[in-house]
Amino acid sequence: MLSEQEQREIKAEFAHYPQKRAACIEALKVVQKHRGWVSDDGIKAIADFLDMSPEEVDNVATFYNLVFRKPVGRHVILICDSISCWVTGYEQIKEHLFERLGIALGETTKDNRFTLLPMACLGACDHAPVIMIDDDLYHDLTPEKIDQILENYE
Amino acid sequence: MENVLTKNIRPDQRPVSLKEYEEAGGYQAARDAVKKKTPKEVQEEVKKSNLKGRGGAGFPTGVKWGFVPLGDDAPRPKYLVANADEMEPGTFKDRVLLEGDPHLLIEGMIISAFAIDAEVSYIFLRWAYKKAEAAIEKALAEAYEAGYLGKNIFGSGYNLDMFLHTSVGRYMCGEETGLLNALEGKRATPRAKPPFPQTSGLFGKPTIVNNVETLCSVPSIIAKGADWYRKLSATEDGGTKLYGVSGRVNKPGVWELPMGTTMREIIEEHAGGMRNGLRFKGALPGGASTDFLVNEHMDIPMDYANVSNAGSRLGTGTLIVLDDQTCPVGFVLNLERFFARESCGWCTPCRDGLPWVERILESIEQGDGRNEDLDLLNMHTKYLGPGLTFCALAPGAMEPLQSALKYFAEDFERHIKEKRCPWRH
Repeated sequence: MLSEQEQREIKAEFAHYPQKRAACIEALKVVQKHRGWVSDDGIKAIADFLDMSPEEVDNVATFYNLVFRKPVGRHVILICDSISCWVTGYEQIKEHLFERLGIALGETTKDNRFTLLPMACLGACDHAPVIMIDDDLYHDLTPEKIDQILENYE
Repeated sequence: MENVLTKNIRPDQRPVSLKEYEEAGGYQAARDAVKKKTPKEVQEEVKKSNLKGRGGAGFPTGVKWGFVPLGDDAPRPKYLVANADEMEPGTFKDRVLLEGDPHLLIEGMIISAFAIDAEVSYIFLRWAYKKAEAAIEKALAEAYEAGYLGKNIFGSGYNLDMFLHTSVGRYMCGEETGLLNALEGKRATPRAKPPFPQTSGLFGKPTIVNNVETLCSVPSIIAKGADWYRKLSATEDGGTKLYGVSGRVNKPGVWELPMGTTMREIIEEHAGGMRNGLRFKGALPGGASTDFLVNEHMDIPMDYANVSNAGSRLGTGTLIVLDDQTCPVGFVLNLERFFARESCGWCTPCRDGLPWVERILESIEQGDGRNEDLDLLNMHTKYLGPGLTFCALAPGAMEPLQSALKYFAEDFERHIKEKRCPWRH
């Protein structure tokens, strides 16, 4: 079931499109915002609400890399592995994060604090290498800077 | 040269408010266009300006608009979509406009929507641009409040709604028809063309998709005229261009310069040259899906025709520099890994071909390459080329590969002969 708050937020998107199902991506975002990820129950609830089949909703959900169909940690670290970051020190940043967090790409720390995911170009190539943690972009990174940044996330 | 795109942008990138934008003369062009001109007249002015699409393809903007049916019989609603899904690796030019001057985009969209007599418009923004998202949300609210969006805008009788859609990832959203599918709430797979979006696009209605930089160029063309705009350019193609540089240069960044500025001026003057101890080896002129340019191309004007004559494409105009201390095979492997991962899987050559290209490059980079691998890679550049796949993703992926095999052949051969990457010790 969608919460009243979730329903309200999804309904607000209906006005932007001529068809209810066009709000499918917005609905996935709303559910993920409130629950951290989109479970099978979340998929079914959205499907009911938009008059779609769960398969249709899951078909959309699994296409987009920022819809999480598995639980993630309290904070998600997205590390840019595209070309400008690769040229300017991606490998070093990645190795440092592996060592600090004790996890590899696609994994979550045991204390559930961080999930680390690879990400295509974040569009801040003039300040490469970069990562995003939740909604915040961090640029011109060095291993030392990363240590300081991680401190800000409980 | 007068700046068209970046004239209001603050050094600290704080977004310009509606009040500030109007004090600088903003929204006058949109007001004049919708009150005093016809859609056809706006189209003609933009055609005359020779503005070409800044998203990468370089199609003349006014001509594209001309394919949309006008008049009372036209299917409705018609749509205008701003492609703000900037995801081409090494490209960060639209971000500057979206974060710093969102009203310029909105004004450009009002004029462009009017030119095709559209009543609904969307800004399709990539999820990573959080600052831009906040700036656009605020600017849209201001514009609605002022009566510049909604019903009867500027008291002209023209109605236009504008909505923000923030996506949830995938490079394919930047492809015009993939973007339309994503806006309809579906997977961002490409559509067969024809029909083209200009006649049957979003929800089956006539639709124009334009890049952010393209749309932001429109207000000045209307305000000051096509002739004035054309003269800002150093070459045949009209106007100014946002050029950017990333890689190991002294001052990576983005600058508005006359269309047709040379690569030498962009890299040496604006980007401050190569970092100490490094030498220029090559550059992708406009994102990951363009062919390498090398030293011999330093002095060609960076416009559509000249870059094309040099065997590449202007693309997005944001250069990615390869230096002599970076392995060109590793560089291309990184690009192909990106394309293989972002392939939507819709058509076979792209879905199956790109991972093979990635694996062959990886084995060469790791010292396991065989002589026949180079022939295999060359074969892929033909079989994944234009016309053989459903959209431009795989052909774009082959551009840096085919030119790397040409310009850096010795480096590929050394990997195979020495059974190691000469850049790793």
